[in-house]
Amino acid sequence: MKKYIIDLKVVENRRIHELYTLLIMTPIDGSPLPEMLPGQFVQVAVDGSKTTFLRRPISINNVDRDNNHLWLLVRNAGEGTRALMALKADDNVNVVLPLGNSFGMPFSVNDKILLVGGGVGVAPMLYWGAQLKAKGFTPQFLIGARSAKDVLQLEEFEKIGKVYVSTEDGTMGEKGLVTTNAVLASKIDKIYCCGPAPMMKAIAKVAKENAIDCEVSLENMMACGLGACLCCVENTVKGNVCVCTEGPVFNINELTW
Amino acid sequence: MVKLGVNIGGLNLKNPVLTASGTFGYGEEFADFIDLNRLGGFVIKGTTINHREGNPYPRMAETPSGMLNAVGLQNKGVDYFIDNIYPRIKDVDSNVIVNVSGATIDDYVAVCEKLTPLDKINAIEVNISCPNVKQGGMAFGTTADGAAQVARAVRKAFPKTVIIKLSPNVTDITEIARAVEAEGADAVSLINTLLGMAIDVERQRPYLSTITGGLSGPAVRPVAVRMVWQVAKAVNIPVVGLGGIMNGRDAIEFMLAGARAIQVGTANFVDPSVTMKIIDYMEDYCQRHGISDINDIVGMINQ
Repeated sequence: MKKYIIDLKVVENRRIHELYTLLIMTPIDGSPLPEMLPGQFVQVAVDGSKTTFLRRPISINNVDRDNNHLWLLVRNAGEGTRALMALKADDNVNVVLPLGNSFGMPFSVNDKILLVGGGVGVAPMLYWGAQLKAKGFTPQFLIGARSAKDVLQLEEFEKIGKVYVSTEDGTMGEKGLVTTNAVLASKIDKIYCCGPAPMMKAIAKVAKENAIDCEVSLENMMACGLGACLCCVENTVKGNVCVCTEGPVFNINELTW
Repeated sequence: MVKLGVNIGGLNLKNPVLTASGTFGYGEEFADFIDLNRLGGFVIKGTTINHREGNPYPRMAETPSGMLNAVGLQNKGVDYFIDNIYPRIKDVDSNVIVNVSGATIDDYVAVCEKLTPLDKINAIEVNISCPNVKQGGMAFGTTADGAAQVARAVRKAFPKTVIIKLSPNVTDITEIARAVEAEGADAVSLINTLLGMAIDVERQRPYLSTITGGLSGPAVRPVAVRMVWQVAKAVNIPVVGLGGIMNGRDAIEFMLAGARAIQVGTANFVDPSVTMKIIDYMEDYCQRHGISDINDIVGMINQ
């Protein structure tokens, strides 16, 4: 897929949580956003950060074709992302996109599909869920969070399919981690998962034990996002491969977890 | 019309802008963003005789105005390059320079011998300065004797342009530069990364799997400019300058210090199209200063 460097304008910075913001952006020249696939990410240039200079890799949260909007869900993870969270409407942002591979299609429209997101890991699941639904699949979601207030974009997910929630303190949905949610005991044919590494590993274990096909989206630290620096490697059955080009989505069978 | 062409130890470049090894893949990764044919050349990722997996993750940490890396020369080996990569890039209208690394002198020689027959490869850059592997890197590059041994061997094994890439992690870089010049090196490039380290104080452990790594980016630039200036005065062969060049201004700074060509490294990660902007800037700079040939600014501060 052809990659682009484009200037986007912030349409809205929607502060959805103390630690998270939703950036809604559109090309400054009004041109249509390039083709982007669910699971892919973008590299956002950060202006106004005192000490960082590298771009920040951010998952594609949604591509709203009707309005020509790109949605990025940004977590406060340090000085670079803090500068992104401080963006205001009409600010310009330079972005390289689209990067990485994408989620693989399920086998059949009758498959029971579960999209699992933890924390900011819900980000790619929104775009993927919407695409699956548009293609006739019936995606269901399992969202994990510390507390009810940390469940991100719940209304958006509920527009697409049934949502199961696990919170560590039990303030919403089931109490506990996503791995103990009752939905995992039902018949599932395919799991897609994105979240903190311990969560993805735990889900991968459940998937393996129950012979469920499972893809995970990794977020290893990276510099270039283009497969040039070889910093973001994951150890796979094929050896060290770049998460930015061979991933971020991997079938768990490719990983050495 | 400004003349931007330069010559590096027999290798003609259409302009002084090269890309630094390990920051530009095999060039193809950047083809969506720039016209590779416009580059003076690009330097291929460090290539060894055998496949190398490199170091374990995590391999990078961002530091103030810089980044540490500890990739450890991950590459699929010279045969893979020749069979799979070379055919795809050999028709580019630019110079393709292969960065050669080894753990032993024999390794360097073996890679050189395999590269010699390739028509498109008119120059190699010899890495005696990688801080991230125990051998094949700084072990050779930190003593004049070690550097001379490698330079002597590759000089015999590779009949075209030999550029030796120097380590800044030494007491006197001019001594190393003079040693490789005496063995017939056609040019030197400097600096490779500075050995550095960073610790996650909350988790109380180093950021890198290897604990230490190579620092690059704008943080190292003043050190690099100083070393280029020192080496350019110490040797008669051309100097290729690199270290934290982020834009055209920085590139000119290295040339004024004595570099005849420059390499862009970490900046490619920030702006994949930066090399094109640097070439444009050089032309504009020369016009603004009434310079018709960019060679005239090389080492200008010493004149």
